Amino acid sequence: MPRIVVDVMPKPEILDPQGKAIVGALPRLGFTAFSQVRQGKRFELTVEGEVTEEILAQARTAAETLLSNPVIEDVVNVEVVAD
Amino acid sequence: MSATELPLIGDYTTPVPELNGARIGVITFPGTLDDRDAARAIRLTGAEAVSLWHADHDLQNVDAVVIPGGFSYGDYLRAGAIARFAPMMGNIIDAANSDAKLPVLGICNGFQILTESHLLPGSMVKNDHLKFLCRDQILRVENNTTAWTNQYGLGEEITIVLKNQDGQYVADEKTLDALEAEGRVAFSYVGWNPNGSRRNIAGITNAAGNVVGLMPHPEHAVEAGFGPDHTGTDGLGFFTSVLTHLVGGQK
Repeated sequence: MPRIVVDVMPKPEILDPQGKAIVGALPRLGFTAFSQVRQGKRFELTVEGEVTEEILAQARTAAETLLSNPVIEDVVNVEVVAD
Repeated sequence: MSATELPLIGDYTTPVPELNGARIGVITFPGTLDDRDAARAIRLTGAEAVSLWHADHDLQNVDAVVIPGGFSYGDYLRAGAIARFAPMMGNIIDAANSDAKLPVLGICNGFQILTESHLLPGSMVKNDHLKFLCRDQILRVENNTTAWTNQYGLGEEITIVLKNQDGQYVADEKTLDALEAEGRVAFSYVGWNPNGSRRNIAGITNAAGNVVGLMPHPEHAVEAGFGPDHTGTDGLGFFTSVLTHLVGGQK
């Protein structure tokens, strides 16, 4: 069954405390190449049957209203993934 | 004075008679923790506490609503994000925005629900130090003209409990400037910013002053012997304020 993937990231101007904690931990494990980490969220919305334009529009609306908070987050990607 | 000499329950049960009969709703979601404390604080001021269930639509003619703290829906997705779409919240949002301007107080998770509902601007993200924090917190009253703060003095410092993990108040610079310029910062942290909140903001109000949200917990500081420093009743003013507001509104 196809899935619609929605990726949500904290806005660039919002300090991401979780990402900050992760970037602090990386060098302790020897991963020294990474100067910044930002942690986001990935949602997978499974669709029973074909993904129509209407269903994709619904996913975009859901992404903007429930899955993300526009005050602190951006929806950076909405795409269909076929299995 | 030894601890045993302190009254276990303060005598705060005699507000002026016309305040009796006020009905203040307390909403309960799955994962709400502090609804009973909020109801107790309401009863201590002489008003009637009315339980509101998240899945119902009936506001039961309450005169004001408290959205208490906790972890509604496990804080999954974002704190307050799922609770915001509960049936009861739809009614509360409409009533808060209506001409009647239903007074609504959001405490902690309730504050997060109010920002998710867009009744208040901004949002809360994880504390800048990433830890759950529980402490007695000093706040300064920055606006004493709202439905929930009119019994405090302007600039008065109060001590109530702060306990949260997602308590860092954030908003864009334009919103923060507007909040400060319009006197809509209701409470600010004093002495130490416990979570990285922008401009030390602990609580805010909407423009009309009927909707107030804050991260610390006034309902835990309403009885001598139990509040911060074991004497604190600094939170009681929220609940006497709304009764005073309701009496004034009925004139």
